[in-house]
Amino acid sequence: MAVREGKEQDPRIPRIASSIRVVPDFPKKGIMFQDITTLLLDPKAFKDTVDLFVERYTGRDISVVAGVEARGFIFGPPIALAIGAKFVPLRKPKKLPGEVISENYVLEYGTDCLEMHVGAVQPGERALVVDDLVATGGTLCAAISLLERAGAEVVECACVIELPELKGRERLNGKNLYILMESH
Amino acid sequence: MASCKDNEQDPRVHGIAAAIRVVPDFPKKGIMFRDITTLLLNPKAFRNAVDLFVERYLGKDITVVAGIEARGLIFGPPIALAIGAKFIPLRKPKKLPGEVISEKYDLEYGSDCLEMHVGAVQPGDRALVVDDLIATGGTLCAAMNLLERAGANVVEFACVIELPELKGRDKLKGKPLHILVESR
Repeated sequence: MAVREGKEQDPRIPRIASSIRVVPDFPKKGIMFQDITTLLLDPKAFKDTVDLFVERYTGRDISVVAGVEARGFIFGPPIALAIGAKFVPLRKPKKLPGEVISENYVLEYGTDCLEMHVGAVQPGERALVVDDLVATGGTLCAAISLLERAGAEVVECACVIELPELKGRERLNGKNLYILMESH
Repeated sequence: MASCKDNEQDPRVHGIAAAIRVVPDFPKKGIMFRDITTLLLNPKAFRNAVDLFVERYLGKDITVVAGIEARGLIFGPPIALAIGAKFIPLRKPKKLPGEVISEKYDLEYGSDCLEMHVGAVQPGDRALVVDDLIATGGTLCAAMNLLERAGANVVEFACVIELPELKGRDKLKGKPLHILVESR
């Protein structure tokens, strides 16, 4: 796991980076899966991860933290709680009860869909999108679309890990991406 | 939605109960679905729910908080972070990378399966199991079995909501269950 070049390194990051394990050939052969569950087994590393995001977003009038199912549910709520924002889960189809809006997005083969509750977000709200990792950016792009369709302003996307070679940053509709570490 | 007897005195519980909405006929006709997403849209109520659990578990030497996918992934991590415990996601099949142990459990029709990472828990760990709601108790029972198979001691189950008429408590092998609100 490489820490970002050219950025003054927060002393907490190396421990966070080394707590993440790579699982080869998951979910299929050839993919080196970045597994954050080992980070969650290190209370100090997990707390530091959340603190790094909270320090960045406190006092910026963010009223919504949207977390992408499922690992965005682990990182998003602690951030939301600390900054006093609502937490909005963005879910796979048919999981959210009641009225939803849906956004399709493209996978390597086929498509998938992300849903958000109608009424969760009000026009003019300032939103943060949180997930554990950004790869191709397809999921984050769908998340941004859902929030914007509801009238929110997406201030930034926040992820623990970026896979920069997959160029997800370019798919975020011009929105900024903040990450803690890259993996090549 | 009624406050649970244990918490009747705590003024925060009323706000939590009032923030939960019921969605009729989800996921199928006849089911009155208790939707905690509206609780998550109320930062004060969400904060209070987490605080009520944290106050109960601080100083009880709990080393593991296990959260059941997906809504247990929302409530578990903030509790784990506040009490300094590891957080372990318990997931549907094939979601966790690497070596897992699996536990089957019965549904109304058919069965389902819960998985936990090998090595997440050590023998002697004191564990809390967290989910948003207890209905029949099948999922919580499967979670308990996974943790005990790994040598942990399940200290308590913690849920926001109980549906007492479904007698989920009876499936917990005598382990205590702590809830914030009952719903009939």
